Amino acid sequence: MFKILKYSFFDLIRSRWSYVYFAFFLLLGYVLLFLNNDVSKAVITLMNVIIILVPLMGTMFGVMYFYNSKEFTELLLAQPLNRTSIFIGQYLGVAISLSLSLIIGLGIPFLAYGIFKSEAILDFLLLLVTGGFLTFIFTAISFYIGLSNENRIKGFGYAILFWLFMAVIYDGLFLISLILFEEYPLDTFSLIASMVNPIDLSRILILLKLDISALLGYTGAVFQKFFGTHWGLIVSLGLLTLWVIIPVFLIRKKALKKDF
Amino acid sequence: MKTLFLYSILFILSTGISVAKTIETCATCKVKTIKGAIEIASESDTIFIRKGIYKEFNIDVSKPLVVIGEHYPVIDGELKGEIFRITADNVTLDGLFIINVGTSYTEDFSAVRVVKSKNFVIKNLVLENLFFGIYIEKSSFGKVFHNKIIGDAKEEFNSGNGIQLWYSHHVEVDKNIITHVRDGIYLEFADHCSITNNISTDNVRYGLHFMFSNDATYEKNNFQNNGAGVAVMFSKRIEMYHNIFHGNWGTASYGLLLKEINDSKIKGNIFKENTTGINIEGSNRVTYTFNTFEKNGWAIKSRGACYTNIFSDNNFLYNTFDLSYNSKLNDNVFKNNYWSDYSGYDLNKDGIGDVPHKPVKLFSYVANRTPEAIILLRSLFIDIIDFSEKVSPVFTPNNLEDTSPKMNRIAYDRN
Repeated sequence: MFKILKYSFFDLIRSRWSYVYFAFFLLLGYVLLFLNNDVSKAVITLMNVIIILVPLMGTMFGVMYFYNSKEFTELLLAQPLNRTSIFIGQYLGVAISLSLSLIIGLGIPFLAYGIFKSEAILDFLLLLVTGGFLTFIFTAISFYIGLSNENRIKGFGYAILFWLFMAVIYDGLFLISLILFEEYPLDTFSLIASMVNPIDLSRILILLKLDISALLGYTGAVFQKFFGTHWGLIVSLGLLTLWVIIPVFLIRKKALKKDF
Repeated sequence: MKTLFLYSILFILSTGISVAKTIETCATCKVKTIKGAIEIASESDTIFIRKGIYKEFNIDVSKPLVVIGEHYPVIDGELKGEIFRITADNVTLDGLFIINVGTSYTEDFSAVRVVKSKNFVIKNLVLENLFFGIYIEKSSFGKVFHNKIIGDAKEEFNSGNGIQLWYSHHVEVDKNIITHVRDGIYLEFADHCSITNNISTDNVRYGLHFMFSNDATYEKNNFQNNGAGVAVMFSKRIEMYHNIFHGNWGTASYGLLLKEINDSKIKGNIFKENTTGINIEGSNRVTYTFNTFEKNGWAIKSRGACYTNIFSDNNFLYNTFDLSYNSKLNDNVFKNNYWSDYSGYDLNKDGIGDVPHKPVKLFSYVANRTPEAIILLRSLFIDIIDFSEKVSPVFTPNNLEDTSPKMNRIAYDRN
């Protein structure tokens, strides 16, 4: 598994898209810091980018890489290799190289602007951690979608649709249900609903750490009471981990049964 | 000695009584205590307190006297009770350093209490470690200026206010610095007062708090980082000019909270980085002009029962929400404001946008109906619906708009 991981990883590291992705974050970090020179404000703007773009990139990269390396995968399958290690190795290769692009790309400008001396260091770390989690989650899901669909167009379609659902449609349904049931107490509902979706969960985790959380009023207070504790942080990180483990498990299950 | 002579001369000239004398108080003088000096003083005398430490409390100034301190003599109440109580008319307190006021929940001990007095002047005092600072009760035509009040309040229930006016009228409160008390300046049933050039910061509850106090003027004050901002309620004919409300940030904080304020003018103020710039409830016939709202969570939150208010020539700059409205527009008017969110155009170059601006975002409208929805703040979906609502408004009340939005930031000379 490690060999395949290494191969996939170096294959991607050498690919142009990784550089583009890395350069994008590098540029974004520098431009943001150049424009307002305030590390904590830059973190807020970055949040918007991370919770939308990182899942999208994870999804696109994952599904693209899966289909592009299909022939190579079939070649590997002819060798006496464990199926689990082939697919999980490839998956980890993609996810790790994407996360590295994100972390290094954002890390360099923030280091240059003195993140270690700033109070925003913890917020920034949280941002990177959630960014990493989102990469792992959405790459895993796109791999699963790729495995399940022989047809590339269909696979791409499903992958994009999944991202769209998580990033946009889910919030719409959430909002509609809030309005429909506005006569009922909705604190617990909104707490659970926002924890189920990894994008929403990441957004709220970061929001609560920032000054802007004062705008959330008493709903925010309910959330703060939950997420502000160690228990809340453990639960939310646990949920994010679960969002990684379940698709990985599904990939393994599918890979073992699939007839190539 | 020279200043002393000058003071005496001035005093004699101003009162026209030639018998006024000066009593000196110090550790080596004939009179060693302030109480003693007051006892032997006759009307219109001056008590001159030399530098030193005076451990006294419950000092009753019951005669029209001028009490002046030289180089801030320390009056230490040793936490035993009230320090000065002024019960006569025409009393002046000047240049004292008053510390260690006692705490009482039944008597509201204060550093200086003025009771049923007229024409009092309280100036150049420094108060530290206090319960209540300057407490003016049923008094009138006085001045409180150039005092510095530094409290150490941590919680609301066991702390007092900096300057409190109660059933008093025609009092001028000018150039005071108040910090770390419960309410910086508190007025109740205090009509015709003017509160100017004060700096009230880091107080546990309100920077300024008043109720049932009509015909007051608040000008050029600076209210910063107070627990809940400034709250003004149940008053008429208030004029608030050129004040700064800054950094009142927290889930229940406001720059300015208006409740049942009628026939008032709010002009040239700056509201910056507050959770809510102005929270308005049941206020009628108020004009808001030339104010600047910058980087607040909500610039204006209108809670209903507001009629005939005019919002014109204000700057709304980079607030998360410019306006939140949870009732009908009624006959309130928004005109000639500058909105940094405005995306219209000005073809005839007259400085006024050709397309009306709708300041209420759809999300702000939704969050008002269902407060829990605020948790979707900064979600992509919300940005999308806000944008589509901006392009073609469906949900937000369509008469709630600024028909003549300015294209450029409105310049206003606050001096």
